[in-house]
Amino acid sequence: MQFSEQWLRTWVNPALDSEALAHLLTMAGLEVEENDPAAPAFTQVIVAEVLTVQKHPDADRLNVCTVNVGEAAPLQIVCGAPNVVAGAKVPCARVGALLPGDFAIKQAKVRGIESAGMLCSAKELGISDEASGLLILPADAPVGQSIRDYLKLDDRLFTLKLTPNRADCLSIRGIAREVAALTGAELKPVEIKTVPATHGDTRAVTLAASDACPRYAGRIVRNVNQAVATPDWMKQRLERSGVRAISAIVDITNYVLLELGQPMHAFDLAKLNGGISARFAKTGETIKLLNDKELALEADMLVIADEAGPVALAGIMGGAESAVEAGCKDIFLESAFFAPAVIAGKARRIGFGSDSSHRFERGVDFANCVAALERATQLVLDICGGEAGPINEASAKLPARKPVALRVSRVAKVLGVQLSADEILDLLRGLGLPCEIAGDVITVTPPSFRFDLEIEEDLIEEVARLFGYDNVPVQPSETRLFMLPQPGHRRGKAVLRDLMVSRDYQEAVTYAFVEEQWEADYAGNSTPVRLINPIASQMSVMRSTLFGGLLNALQHNINRKHERVRLFEIGRIFNSTAADQQPEKIAGLAWGSRFEEQWGASKDKIDFFDIKGDVEALLAPRVAEYRRASHPALHPGRSAEVVLDGKVIGVVGELHPRWVQANDLGSAPVLFELELAALTTIATISAQPVSKFQPVRRDLALVADETLPAETLLRALSSLNHPLVTGIKLFDVYRGKGVAEGRKSLAFKVLLQDTQKTLTEEDVDAAIAGLIRKAEECGATLRV
Amino acid sequence: MTDNVQAILEQGLAQLAATHDPQELENVKAHYVGKQGTINALLKQLATLPPEEKKTFGATVNQAKQAFEAALNARREALAAEKLAAQLAAEALDITLPGRSNPQGGLHPVTLVQQRIETLFASLGFEVADGPEIETDFHNFEALNIPKDHPARAMQDTFYVEGSTPEAPLVLRTHTSPIQVRYMLDNAPPIKIVAPGRVYRVDSDATHSPMFHQMEGLWVDENVSFADLKSVLIDFLRKFFEQDDLQVRFRPSFFPFTEPSAEIDVLGKRGWLEVGGCGMVHPNVLKNVGIDSEKHTGFAFGIGLDRFAMLYYGVNDLRLFFENDLGFLEQFR
Repeated sequence: MQFSEQWLRTWVNPALDSEALAHLLTMAGLEVEENDPAAPAFTQVIVAEVLTVQKHPDADRLNVCTVNVGEAAPLQIVCGAPNVVAGAKVPCARVGALLPGDFAIKQAKVRGIESAGMLCSAKELGISDEASGLLILPADAPVGQSIRDYLKLDDRLFTLKLTPNRADCLSIRGIAREVAALTGAELKPVEIKTVPATHGDTRAVTLAASDACPRYAGRIVRNVNQAVATPDWMKQRLERSGVRAISAIVDITNYVLLELGQPMHAFDLAKLNGGISARFAKTGETIKLLNDKELALEADMLVIADEAGPVALAGIMGGAESAVEAGCKDIFLESAFFAPAVIAGKARRIGFGSDSSHRFERGVDFANCVAALERATQLVLDICGGEAGPINEASAKLPARKPVALRVSRVAKVLGVQLSADEILDLLRGLGLPCEIAGDVITVTPPSFRFDLEIEEDLIEEVARLFGYDNVPVQPSETRLFMLPQPGHRRGKAVLRDLMVSRDYQEAVTYAFVEEQWEADYAGNSTPVRLINPIASQMSVMRSTLFGGLLNALQHNINRKHERVRLFEIGRIFNSTAADQQPEKIAGLAWGSRFEEQWGASKDKIDFFDIKGDVEALLAPRVAEYRRASHPALHPGRSAEVVLDGKVIGVVGELHPRWVQANDLGSAPVLFELELAALTTIATISAQPVSKFQPVRRDLALVADETLPAETLLRALSSLNHPLVTGIKLFDVYRGKGVAEGRKSLAFKVLLQDTQKTLTEEDVDAAIAGLIRKAEECGATLRV
Repeated sequence: MTDNVQAILEQGLAQLAATHDPQELENVKAHYVGKQGTINALLKQLATLPPEEKKTFGATVNQAKQAFEAALNARREALAAEKLAAQLAAEALDITLPGRSNPQGGLHPVTLVQQRIETLFASLGFEVADGPEIETDFHNFEALNIPKDHPARAMQDTFYVEGSTPEAPLVLRTHTSPIQVRYMLDNAPPIKIVAPGRVYRVDSDATHSPMFHQMEGLWVDENVSFADLKSVLIDFLRKFFEQDDLQVRFRPSFFPFTEPSAEIDVLGKRGWLEVGGCGMVHPNVLKNVGIDSEKHTGFAFGIGLDRFAMLYYGVNDLRLFFENDLGFLEQFR
């Protein structure tokens, strides 16, 4: 809502400067988004009258003028404007004037002729872009008066960013009411005279949908002069409210809308066929609106119809057919109330709204229809002439104004401020709210212009606003203290994040909506969760893996010439739309050399086992099982499912060569993705006694077929569960001389220890023999 | 004869001093004090001497022998020290070469800010809560008192997900507030939570991302008031920005799920800056989750984590948070 500060001050004029007024409104919840001068600063420009105009002797395009500035002697001024004529009233910048852009006016010689100032265009004064000639002022402009005063340029344009609950402030009167309540300044009473009818013509009005349109007032004004110009004062106020002046009748309806908040509409009476009805549209009906849009009406759209069909989309826009245009002689003025719920959402549905729909969908003062109609009629008669008929008003069940109870004690509980009943009453009454008090309870009957006062909290908010949020005291809260639980078997995301960081991964955040193709390529998912209204096709489905985003980020960084990329992300993936099918995952991607390039380390590329090591570190102290598995994103021979407690919790592997090539990555990144939930639960620790006896180490080299997975052998050895064996660890894999073709040698370090005594050679040999038997059961033999 | 002993000793000491090789040193030792050594040979002469000279000559030779052996030991140590010094010199490194290491990674700036805020609120006993990102209409809108025809529900603002029905629309959550709904449905007051997470709105330009991060805060107890809201949030903002005199103001506003509602502004170098919204939990919201609003009151607030990260780190372009450019991300290590 944009408006002129001067206009507001004709209604209420508190002793506050412009900035203080803006601050007051903002802090009362009517946020002043902009507060700009109506015109830029300039000095010493006055109304002047051109007396004579003579051609400049040495310049074709210049004229030498004598100008009356209200002093005994006229000034001689050289002027280049094509529209300068004797008798015109124009702005004149005197010698010493400072125009916008720091343009100083000096006594000067123009092509040899003395010039004592400058006659100005609107552009030169910074008040419009009109630069084609001098700004011609009305003939009655008083010579010598400051142009700033004459054109009321010392005005400011306020733009309010109103919240949807404050429809009552969508008019000068509403804002004035608020300012009066906040400052105590006097609110000038609205002077609306009843315009007597000078003829008896009316149109019948039927409220066919009386819940949607419970009030409709109309009036015929005959013989209006449509062609008359809108007066400058009205034009100025409209323009300073951001409303373009169009024609006198339209401007008057817009003016009343801005002034009183009542949307109005004027029909060309000649185009109306018979009586008026406010009803819902019928199937198949169409209407061409004022903006030339042709609209197929729907059954829940309220229309104003005559006997031939819809003539306006009620509360939103008038029809083109019945619009007041040049040549229109008689008009029918409409001032109605439409229920907010009926108008709400319609503008959005049809793709455009209007100042009217903006107000109706938020709530318009239903007690104001007739007064606004009187005000508009008066303005029509004053400006366009004509004869007004009687007002024909139909009313049905208007919105109920249910009294709302406010407990003084509840104000204290919710706001934390002790206010007395009298203080609260003063605040609410200042806003024009009718209040009664009985004991602790204040009963407020919401006025017809407020649609946001239905429950106690609505009133508490009003009290808080008027009391001032700033005045609510700030002191540390007193509360009941409870510590946060710290479950020992849980570790938070922060721990996992730190672990990834310590292993040289950089955290990424990628979009949860991805290209559909990524889902197919990297997850084999042909039925991803799709968005109905994606913002772009490459963001059209919800991810079921984090791989796509990480690979995209890799690509981005390769394009930026990074030679080593290590990224991880924690985020939700979407198996379906169900709340429990959106688990969080942790995924990592590493690409490039194992170590950052440096003088003292190898330049080898990372491989599967580097990243498997990272996965093991994330899972530690638990040890997962790694099973060969096929995953659409990964190399079938270089990837594994991660299995914990018999459940697949993720995958690790090299990117499939197909995608390495398709994405032009040069070398293959290795990726992993794990369920976060599997990592956030850890075993609680229960300490074991430490043996006082020396451990013994024996190395065991076992030869097995190339096809035997190391883990199978390791698990076989572990399955012995020998009480003296405290650890078995694979430390070498050897192929070559001494080991037959197609076989490999796996070397294990076996640690043995007894908590009760020093181990004997016999004990150790027996345990080792047991391990060898286990190895032999899966086809491995002791290397000799 | 005594002069002869002295001469031999001086000759021996000179030879020791001139020796630089440990093996040669042993040869010198053998030459003088070995079994056939010249000093030992002198002792053999002792028998031939008259008894009165025996004593003095014997003492002189022994003194010479001791002096030689002392010098020999000193020379051995010196040679060992020389050898060690040479070894150490040979082993010296260019200690200015960079250490062998892999660098650490780093966290995303939004995560850093999120963790910082979680920690601040944890110190007041606020727990971290979470929830799904594909939400039901009930949790995202209806329970939060957002009416059916509210503009925020429009397809221009909210992402809808396939599988929605007119009766049960599914959306990408537009704010973190549904987390408070879920938490209040599952837990009884007193409730103190912060709920960070990704949220989604149909908006994409220089200052808007279709996915961004919010943090919701909620405190519901028997006597939580607007004054508590102000004091907790002012405390938070001053601690977060590490500025004890930070000016904070609460400006009346409107949200369907809080009343009274406020925008939170902080005074920056270029004037007031909006950093979030807050208010007292609307009684309809409490009713929707089965909490008695007569007994319990509460406040809620919502802030943009991306915006806080921008302010905290001086980042001027929101889009940087989602490009995952290492040149940007690695600054936050």
